[in-house]
Amino acid sequence: MAYHSFLLEPISCHAWNKDRTQIALCPNNHDVHIYKKEGSGWTRIHVLKEHNGQVTGIDWAPESNRIVTCGTDRNAYVWTLKGSVWKPTLVILRINRAARCVKWSPRENKFAVGSGSRLISVCYFEQDNDWWVCKHIKKPIRSTILSLDWHPNNVLLAAGSCDFKCRIFSAYIKELEDKPAPTPWGSKMPFGEVMFESSGAGGWVHDVSFSASGNRVAWASHDSTVAIAEGGKTPVVASLCSETLPLLCITFITENSLVAAGHDCYPVLFIYDAEKGTITFGGKLDVPKQSSQRGMTARERFQNLDKKATAENKEAVLESLHKNSISQISILEGDKTKCAKFCTTGMDGGMAIWDVKVSLLLAKSLPNCVTHIVYIQAYRLVLNLFQTLESAMKDLKIV
Amino acid sequence: MAKNTLSSRFRKVDIDEFDENKFVDEQEEPAELQGPDGAEITCMGLNVLLCTGDMMTAFHVALRNPPINTKNAAVKERAQAIVLRVLTSFRSSEIETAVRSLDRNGVDLLMKYIYRGFEKPTENSSVILLQWHEKAFAVGGLGSIVRVLTARKTV
Repeated sequence: MAYHSFLLEPISCHAWNKDRTQIALCPNNHDVHIYKKEGSGWTRIHVLKEHNGQVTGIDWAPESNRIVTCGTDRNAYVWTLKGSVWKPTLVILRINRAARCVKWSPRENKFAVGSGSRLISVCYFEQDNDWWVCKHIKKPIRSTILSLDWHPNNVLLAAGSCDFKCRIFSAYIKELEDKPAPTPWGSKMPFGEVMFESSGAGGWVHDVSFSASGNRVAWASHDSTVAIAEGGKTPVVASLCSETLPLLCITFITENSLVAAGHDCYPVLFIYDAEKGTITFGGKLDVPKQSSQRGMTARERFQNLDKKATAENKEAVLESLHKNSISQISILEGDKTKCAKFCTTGMDGGMAIWDVKVSLLLAKSLPNCVTHIVYIQAYRLVLNLFQTLESAMKDLKIV
Repeated sequence: MAKNTLSSRFRKVDIDEFDENKFVDEQEEPAELQGPDGAEITCMGLNVLLCTGDMMTAFHVALRNPPINTKNAAVKERAQAIVLRVLTSFRSSEIETAVRSLDRNGVDLLMKYIYRGFEKPTENSSVILLQWHEKAFAVGGLGSIVRVLTARKTV
């Protein structure tokens, strides 16, 4: 597990280049900073200044080495490396609200931008005009699109939205590609067709992820649930109500398991059993801090009782690696069929790299700990008081 | 003179009502879940159960058929009153076993009733509800509380 603190402010979004030596991130302002790994540290090699508003999404195409960024200024730019300088090309998205997320398609000939204008802009390069053109997917989206993920066939697009639904759209552009082969999600895929729509009972859908084969889609929503839908004549949906705070980002790491992270500041593992149609919680994937278990003196006990109405010694310090919510997760080594390492960035300005094998070993060997909230209960106070009086008297050697 | 001498009635207009793209929450067809009564149990029936000390059955009956889909405030009030009665008649030592007997959805539903009960505290209700809250939280975790806050169909 490696943790590097880039900033004191949240990292809005990040993207890795193909060989994972460079990371592009937005340090909560209008720029994009590109850092290069040198030895054990990171040096900033480029600053991309073009946006007029906070950059909300970055994606780095591995093969064509182009970066696409989108921001709250309602624009997207495609950056190409010319020599040693990144040159931007404006893409007119025709939206009247902020752009929220952007993703290159698997074949990198188009990208999709989700925005607060309740639509998805699918943009592709038109050779004749030498210009990026966009097409809109509007119906039946009712609110902001928070997250996007492409299906491996370069046509289907999963979108998680604030209208509580996860949908799969077809983003088939006939000028760019041939008709796609039938998939479990459907065979007729005209542009903008809704192939799947989840039931809208739940919270905002924060993140969506297709599995490596594209036959499954998982989404994390704000009511602390994780759900997976399996494509078919009637899609099978399995969901799990988790006991944690809402998850903000999710990704498949094998065909049957997911890693997700969110407001609880640590990544968690979920395992999907296709036969039973259930999702189970696989454990926390975090390095537990070695907390010193020293005994409490009687005086501390009374002070705790007075202040917090409990005799327990629970400190309000996060034991996880990240000290604030994790907002984005990306696969570093491997792919969605078998991921070896993944990276998380969060609101604490830090980036952590997690080794899947090591994390899983740790998760299995140590018991899961549940954090407790302290609250006041009148009768319990008295009970505790008597107990601590006893032990206090023993401490003070009265009895 | 900065005072606007023309009518300022326009300031009271709710402009979002006229926005044609306004998000209207699609509610599913109310399945006429009338709260934990129906033909099976009336208040008297519940009384019988409570008097004989059959807390678990009363508990499960009270939590059946929550009035989630109706918009009828009276039905919800009645359901809340019934559940509150059952919850307050439990002994503190039995709360834990009762919570354990519920499944995941049951715990979420119990949390919803507990928070609804917090909204209108009476003489003793808060203390009892806090005990129930502690036990339900131990089983449901923060997720169950988040689901109470984000649920659009309230109990």
